[in-house]
Amino acid sequence: MSVASHDVIIIGAGIVGAACALACAREGLRVAIVEAETIGGGATAAGMGHLVVMDDSEAQFALTYFSQLLWQKLATDLPADVEFESCGTIWVAADEEELAAVKQKKVFYESRGVPAEILDAKSLHEAEPNLREGLPGGLLVPSDAVIYAPCAARFLVEQAQSRGAQLYLPAVVTEITADGVRINNGSTLSAHWIVNAAGSWSPSLTPGIEVKKRKGHLLITDRYPGYVKHQLVELGYLKSAHSFTSESVAFNVQPRRTGQMLIGSSRQFGVEGREINSAMLARMLSRAEDFLPGIANLSAIRSWTGFRAATPDKLPLIGPHSAREGGRDNLFLATGHEGLGITTSLGTAALLVDQLLERPSQIPVAPYLPSRARENVHA
Amino acid sequence: MTSASRNFDVLIVGAGPAGMAAACCASENGLRVAIVDNNPQPGGQIWRGASQSSAVPEAAPWYKKLAASRAQVLSGTEAYDHPAPGKLLASSPGGVCEISYAKLILCTGARERFLPFPGWTLPNVIGAGGLQALVKSGFSIAGKKIVVAGSGPLLLAVAAYLREHGGDVRLIAEQSSWPRLIRFGLALAFQKEKLAQSFALKCQLAGIPYKAGCWPVAAEGNGRVESVTLRSGNKTWKEACDYLACGFFLVPNVELPLLLGCELRAGFVRVDDFQQTTIPEVYCAGEPTGIGGLDLSLVEGQIAGHAAAGNREAARKLFRERDRSRKFAAALGRAFSLRDELHSLPADATFICRCEDVTLARLRNHSCWRAAKLQTRCGMGSCQGRICGPAVEFLLGWKPESVRPPIYPVSVSSLAKNISIESQSSLQEELR
Amino acid sequence: MPDAISVTVNGTAVRVPLNSTALVAILMSRASSPARFVRRSLSGEPRGPLCAMGICFECRATINNQRHSRTCLILCAPGMDIRTDD
Repeated sequence: MSVASHDVIIIGAGIVGAACALACAREGLRVAIVEAETIGGGATAAGMGHLVVMDDSEAQFALTYFSQLLWQKLATDLPADVEFESCGTIWVAADEEELAAVKQKKVFYESRGVPAEILDAKSLHEAEPNLREGLPGGLLVPSDAVIYAPCAARFLVEQAQSRGAQLYLPAVVTEITADGVRINNGSTLSAHWIVNAAGSWSPSLTPGIEVKKRKGHLLITDRYPGYVKHQLVELGYLKSAHSFTSESVAFNVQPRRTGQMLIGSSRQFGVEGREINSAMLARMLSRAEDFLPGIANLSAIRSWTGFRAATPDKLPLIGPHSAREGGRDNLFLATGHEGLGITTSLGTAALLVDQLLERPSQIPVAPYLPSRARENVHA
Repeated sequence: MTSASRNFDVLIVGAGPAGMAAACCASENGLRVAIVDNNPQPGGQIWRGASQSSAVPEAAPWYKKLAASRAQVLSGTEAYDHPAPGKLLASSPGGVCEISYAKLILCTGARERFLPFPGWTLPNVIGAGGLQALVKSGFSIAGKKIVVAGSGPLLLAVAAYLREHGGDVRLIAEQSSWPRLIRFGLALAFQKEKLAQSFALKCQLAGIPYKAGCWPVAAEGNGRVESVTLRSGNKTWKEACDYLACGFFLVPNVELPLLLGCELRAGFVRVDDFQQTTIPEVYCAGEPTGIGGLDLSLVEGQIAGHAAAGNREAARKLFRERDRSRKFAAALGRAFSLRDELHSLPADATFICRCEDVTLARLRNHSCWRAAKLQTRCGMGSCQGRICGPAVEFLLGWKPESVRPPIYPVSVSSLAKNISIESQSSLQEELR
Repeated sequence: MPDAISVTVNGTAVRVPLNSTALVAILMSRASSPARFVRRSLSGEPRGPLCAMGICFECRATINNQRHSRTCLILCAPGMDIRTDD
């Protein structure tokens, strides 16, 4: 047996790959990070950078909550350009029916240790005066935060490098081999483990995994400090975010430390091109105007698109690929995070390292194992 | 905000000389023609304000022709998106306007290239064309000490204009060398009219020192520019000034052509003999096809206007004139190419991106535009990289990235309610 | 001043020649101060116009409540309310 050049090769320096690299380096592993373009240049750059605890399912809650606590622990070490802001999330109810759901949501969060506060119409208006008049209320989750994710990914990579990790950039992995990866310059790297953290590109290197590209649009405004103070998400967000096939838009606005606002969100499957779809952008912005009518007159300076790595059950793939037919013993996956990769990157990294080192994790890993998909299909 | 929909046979973007000439020729054929332009009045930069005065003799016949034509001029209107083939969205004082066209002629002009040096962000350090535009817009520079610096024939025209309006122009500093300019002068000699023009300018400039091989290395001042440090050979000295009017030749405005998918060649829009771009029915004329000045813009505009109107014979008759002007354009480019020393103009602490205040030192940590943008926000501000982009390309060799709508900042509502969307009822229903 | 119109800059009346841009009005309003700046940059530097033709966005101000307006592209109209952001 030849001597491997590394203990672990991480494919992809998005926020998930970057977090995995740091977690591995902290354990003293010899880490290689292989990035095709730029650090944090894929979904990490295209997304919003919302650190949010989700209640979509128990498994999603467990991973987002676990990760949120890791972010809070890391917050004091983050450099200024990561722009960590504990602005909280307000889930905005559009009508009385959604307001009823707010109460269930509060019970869900609080029974699991996450503080949450119901806002009635008056207190919602006081908290966010630019929201449309007459909204019935919402739920404030104060512990949620936002970051500027490309700089966070770079920070994590730098931390990993300071612990000996080697960064190969730009280097495109063309093939995952039996004991490593082949790179487009013709060279190979070998390692005991290979981690595919290539996000929406991960299926091209590991065919057969159930990760699909889900296109999204975002827009950023000029600077209007204090126009919104919390991340604002419509409560109906999950309805639109759930479908694995259709197109949808939802109101989702984030205040940046710069005073700018990010306006989202849209979801499209089966679209490969990166171009702006003016019709989709218009739908998305109309939705945002429904909630924040005053943004109509604000100056929009840029729009862009990106691809989320989506799975059918909305949960990421974290763990060995080997449980699948034809899988390899030494190939691990850390992909399929869809819109939650920024939040769950740190939790993902912790669960991945525990599996590499064959030790127990702080939360159950079963819901995220790549093998679950096959079991679900057979069930 | 209201929305309106309009439909034209030939739509022209940009009401400078190329756009005005295109509109005049296209409407000779009885077609419905319009020009959209983001300035308050037609004329572009070179003829700014000329519609109210007779100060620019060569402009007068074109204003007359344009007024006599049936072409509509939509001033204060800025195209920002291309939502579907044959359509542009534009913002205007009256609201969003969706404009449909059969043929499109892009006459988007050029802008000054700015190179960063220590002090270039001080108030009163301003583009050479910029200070001229300001004076044309009503600003007084009477009695002010002005140094005009950078590169290109624009410096001469600007200096003459400023002096005519009472400015105390101390010096013109041209970075290009005398040997280069002499070669350019020889090329000029082949065109008698051009020669006469440059002589006329020389007369006007009598008394203003013109230094070739001289460039600004720093601007100093407390709250505004008070002096500029100039270099020529190994000599460096300070020149007191109230204004430093400084631009390093021109760069084409190719954002809209790129949004439409037009191919570029060496940074300029590729066109065929009839000024048609690589996108059928989309034409381009003037500076975006190559920096060539007024005459080339006028003749290209006429050719594009005739060709778009289907009158290829009339267009063909102008080919020879265009060939002559193109030779002049090529000579211009060679005469005013930027010297290597300018690469070291900015210091580590000099801001390269004025929108986001990003220094050269921060950019140098990165290997490409995209990484630098993501990590520092260089080029991500309101100007969308129009100022820092050409500077970064010159200083660091990074090529610009793709263009996305909106190509100018617009109100959110301009992007939220476009008219073609509202006609697509199926999409709307899906949303409900 | 023949053919002059009156606008306000930061609440103070300024008379400008006809066909002046809002940018000219801002600069004239600062005639008494040597620093004729229009806005403060992100790091607090005073900035004046650079291109004066709609490209650089250094001349942004609030015109009739519309923030981030390019004052070099907008002609003064009688009674126009111009506010700088500094």
